[in-house]
Amino acid sequence: MTGYIIKRLIAMIVTLWFIITLTFFLMHSIPGSPFNEERNTSEAVQRNMEKFYHLDEPLYVQYGMYLKSVVTFDFGPSIKKSSQTVNEMLGRGFPVSFELGIVTLIVAVFSGIALGIIAALRHNGFIDYLAMTIAVLGISVPNFVLATLLIQQLAVNLAILPVATWSSPKHMIMPTLALATGPMAIIARLTRSSMLEVLTQDYIKTAKAKGLSPVKIVFKHALRNALLPVVTVLGSLAASILTGTFVIEKIFAIPGMGKYFVESINTRDYPVIMGTTVFYSTILIIMLFLVDIAYGILDPRIKLHKKEAS
Amino acid sequence: MEKVLEIKDLHVTFTTYGGEVKAVRGVSFDLFKGETLAIVGESGCGKSVTSQSIMRLIPSPPGRIAAGEVLFKGQDLTKLKESEMRNIRGADISMIFQDPMTALNPTITVGEQIIEGIMQHETITRQDARKKALEMLDLVGIPNPVERLKHYPHQFSGGMRQRIVIAMALVCEPEVLIADEPTTALDVTIQAQILDLFKDIQTKTGVSIIIITHDLGVVAQVADRIAVMYAGKIVEAGERREIFYNPQHPYTKGLLNSVPRLDLDGADLVPIGGSPPDLFSPPAGCPFAARCAFAMEVCDRVFPYKTHISRDHHVDCWLQDERAQKMLAGIK
Repeated sequence: MTGYIIKRLIAMIVTLWFIITLTFFLMHSIPGSPFNEERNTSEAVQRNMEKFYHLDEPLYVQYGMYLKSVVTFDFGPSIKKSSQTVNEMLGRGFPVSFELGIVTLIVAVFSGIALGIIAALRHNGFIDYLAMTIAVLGISVPNFVLATLLIQQLAVNLAILPVATWSSPKHMIMPTLALATGPMAIIARLTRSSMLEVLTQDYIKTAKAKGLSPVKIVFKHALRNALLPVVTVLGSLAASILTGTFVIEKIFAIPGMGKYFVESINTRDYPVIMGTTVFYSTILIIMLFLVDIAYGILDPRIKLHKKEAS
Repeated sequence: MEKVLEIKDLHVTFTTYGGEVKAVRGVSFDLFKGETLAIVGESGCGKSVTSQSIMRLIPSPPGRIAAGEVLFKGQDLTKLKESEMRNIRGADISMIFQDPMTALNPTITVGEQIIEGIMQHETITRQDARKKALEMLDLVGIPNPVERLKHYPHQFSGGMRQRIVIAMALVCEPEVLIADEPTTALDVTIQAQILDLFKDIQTKTGVSIIIITHDLGVVAQVADRIAVMYAGKIVEAGERREIFYNPQHPYTKGLLNSVPRLDLDGADLVPIGGSPPDLFSPPAGCPFAARCAFAMEVCDRVFPYKTHISRDHHVDCWLQDERAQKMLAGIK
């Protein structure tokens, strides 16, 4: 297990390096620079600014300097908001984004699994069809559409929830709902089909023959086996929740990281682009790693220490 | 001898899109204390459905027990509430399934799978349940049980897993053990070991065993009595020697003729021609008539009555029944 974790950590660092390199060169290949604005600045000022941010150096020197700053966890100052460093921005935005992401993930996972189990147990019944209709809707309606619909109905027409911002639990309901519905639907469908398959397995019959109660059969014998495929998609679902937060944060004016990310691309704020990308990637890579560990815990047939690092 | 289980005129049907499949059509038999009854027949004759109906484990819907009684020590199991039935399952009547590779939950240790069965039926501490599980593993011949209790099913071989399945079924000291093709998925040497284990356990615990199989070799080795099933009915039943040496039903004879013999060098196997009837609309007469070399007119028309050959040996066949002539006259 320890060997496996070390191997995975090395692989994670390599992955991260690839992401940094790719983002760095892609970013610099986009035309324009942070100082291209309508406002005319004299050439001398521009050159001075470029010198200050080392933008006048050759690209490979900048790249080297950037790698060094990543290793020391110092993403440097923002170009556009000169009073702030990228670290400060992340420090302010991340807790909010994290809160939104985690609440969404919890809501999506628990309601998705619950919906899937109910649908499987009432296979081909009314509840099954209802749950799957909800699931199909959840998958096909994009979260920004759902978000605007929610705002219009719950906040404007009925006026029971605040329209935007992130200051109380009440404010969290709509963003979480908008963001969680898609992943919840995916989890529900997956849980249902995998549960249906597991329920026909011989060991379920064995469990019944032992005289176990339906509750024990479902939760102890069936669910754990049924959740294996669900855990597998959890990594990529976490990714979709992360990217979903950009849009949702924008719509609900939530002061999270997504705002900085989108703004920084528009204004070519190089340090912020790099900082947020590296940060998001790290979170995603860690999520995938946790999923793999969870997989090994759920299924004893998977021996982590023998598996190749991937 | 004491009757443990009494099946009376059991009918089981499955509702499908194509109509009703009458999988079991009036099966009756008794099981006595400490004996082994073998139910033999080809695939789809209803032997597994019969055994699962005793435990009320047929998937429902589509399956249902349409008629009949399953009396366990005088109590009709078909009338019990589901929660009452759960107290019977595993404690009084246990079941072993065909494939030990899939009968155990891959994500739970075998120890836990045995212990949870004990805890379900007995008021007992976990420690004591564990002790009981260890004794049981020892009884079924698992070496080093203390270590093995912590292992997962995939860490065992097929034969070992079947031993664990048997241990799991017997740990609550049931009175009846139903084994549905318990050796079909095992290779021949392991098969012999498992059958020996059955005999051994029976002498030690006095459990009554119903063994479902299509393998007459298995039957010869373990059965005290044999019931031959065909198309959802028991067509012949009797003591082992009677069935093997004095078979009366053409189907039983056919089954015995289609077993490879080591003592008759070069003798050809004689298969039974044709295929079993469609159970969506079973024939009015004897279901075997279409495949039977000796079928008479009456066989097609009326289902044969039970004829007793000896006290314990009966057969449903007009060939053995002197009423056949009268019957035919009655129809005409």
